Amino acid sequence: MALTDLTAEQAIAAIVAGEVSSTDLVEAHLARAERDDWHSFLAIDRQGALARARQIDALPERLPLAGVPIAIKDALSTRDLPTTAGSRILEGFRPVYTATCVARLEQAGAVVIGKTNMDEFAMGSSCENSAYGPSLNPWDPTRVPGGSSGGSASSVAARQVPWSLGSDTGGSIRQPAALCGIVGMKPTYGAVSRYGLIAFASSLDQVGPFARTVRDAAILLQAIVGRDPMDSTSLDWPEPILVPDAERLDGVRVGVVEELMGDGIDPGVRAACQAALDRVEALGGTLVPIRLPHAQYGLATYYLIAPAECSANLARFDGIRYGHRAADTDNLLEHYERTRGEGFGPEVKRRIMLGTFALSSGYYEAYYGQAQRVRTLIIQDFAEAFAEVDIVASPTSPSVAFSLGERTADPLSMYLSDICTIPISLAGLPSISIPCGLSEGLPVGLQLAAPAFRENRLLATAHALETAIGFTDRPAGVGA
Amino acid sequence: MIDDDVTRHVARLARLALTEAEMERMQHELSAILDYVDQVQELALAAVEPTTHAIPLEKVFRDDVASASIPVELALREAPEVLGDGFAVPRMG
Repeated sequence: MALTDLTAEQAIAAIVAGEVSSTDLVEAHLARAERDDWHSFLAIDRQGALARARQIDALPERLPLAGVPIAIKDALSTRDLPTTAGSRILEGFRPVYTATCVARLEQAGAVVIGKTNMDEFAMGSSCENSAYGPSLNPWDPTRVPGGSSGGSASSVAARQVPWSLGSDTGGSIRQPAALCGIVGMKPTYGAVSRYGLIAFASSLDQVGPFARTVRDAAILLQAIVGRDPMDSTSLDWPEPILVPDAERLDGVRVGVVEELMGDGIDPGVRAACQAALDRVEALGGTLVPIRLPHAQYGLATYYLIAPAECSANLARFDGIRYGHRAADTDNLLEHYERTRGEGFGPEVKRRIMLGTFALSSGYYEAYYGQAQRVRTLIIQDFAEAFAEVDIVASPTSPSVAFSLGERTADPLSMYLSDICTIPISLAGLPSISIPCGLSEGLPVGLQLAAPAFRENRLLATAHALETAIGFTDRPAGVGA
Repeated sequence: MIDDDVTRHVARLARLALTEAEMERMQHELSAILDYVDQVQELALAAVEPTTHAIPLEKVFRDDVASASIPVELALREAPEVLGDGFAVPRMG
């Protein structure tokens, strides 16, 4: 088996058994990352990664993650390593500190080999809003990998790394995981520190893992979960994250969201998800149809709350302390306006404008205030559902990977890509996408969600289903 | 539908210089998006509390102890223009 086909768990075991070194593993993955047919990476740190791998190999004892390579979404700050969040306004920027979740991974023995491509400031569902050009889907390079964490997803699907970190605000981990045929998980809001994550929408943003197995996602989450004094919204975690091994679902009630299994979801996607869900009963669980009556308002709610928060968060890009600065301005107002006009791309400008409008005098209550109230109703819908079931299930994305350029002309058509993932984000719940089959030769993701803090239940259910589904297809263009 | 004046006003509030072509396109796109998000007005929400934070949090305090911060030289490293120990900015007004 090629080193790049190992799961992270297998790679750790191989290093611990002395069959392979971290240096060999990192070298094998670097070689694939550098031959980047999918444009997964915005920066690769060959020298730093190999130095770290040699250091780990020389230690008398193995660290928990043993020197296994990882890729990090470019929204996460990494000291001295270029970090752009996919934007021109941060071109060449080198952070002066490292995000807590990345620092924890490094302490646990993961080796960062590079930074992955993304929609600018995580705003997008296709990676096409990256100022540096899109990543491509390893299953079909004429199609998008999804977004916003497109490069984190394509790098794992293309075996350039066994796992990666992404961030999810309205679906930015789960949707690209679905479109690339891998596992992607958004933990409960507050599970992972956001210190060092370049902020998009602070009440929604959450860091989480991409991997090729649910067990790898659990191992990665274990290493980053928990309170951080540098992020006051991060939470003391109530119980250890367990690496799941059960293959049964005895007594587990899985609620299938009726609104997300009908019109608006491609028939091929529905069929693949239904076939996967039909396995629940054979594993000892039950399927229960459920309704989320306000989920249909999720997209509208999200496109008021997230832009409002982003318009405030992105005020910091002012061309004074870091990043792009417009040349030859005559006064401070012109400096701000031209710096930002030159530095931000079209989607970021659109969202800043939308958010500024929704927060502006005379409109605040009708838009932002109203959206915050709908958010309450969506949270109540989930609370009522979880009184009846243990897990909520639906497709992750309404379609398989779409063609490059197909949705760029119409912002609303792009926004609709996240119709299944957004309600869960608004409720702050943990959620995972696992590959469940193919439609038109492209992967389909099944989305599972659990109540807040029930990560272990979510991972156990996902693992049992993953084992029963036995998805082993790999992208045709990705060689060993 | 929002008009040209509102679009220009919002761009000024957001400190965004937009070209005339961007301004025109923005007006149409924002209008289309606002038509869509207007569906939140359909619901009777007077009795519903707003949510600012999905996961309940208690007040978070830290001990009031001074600790090391980023050295000045490092804090200035990424600045487009530095003057002495500070960030240089264009003249006000």
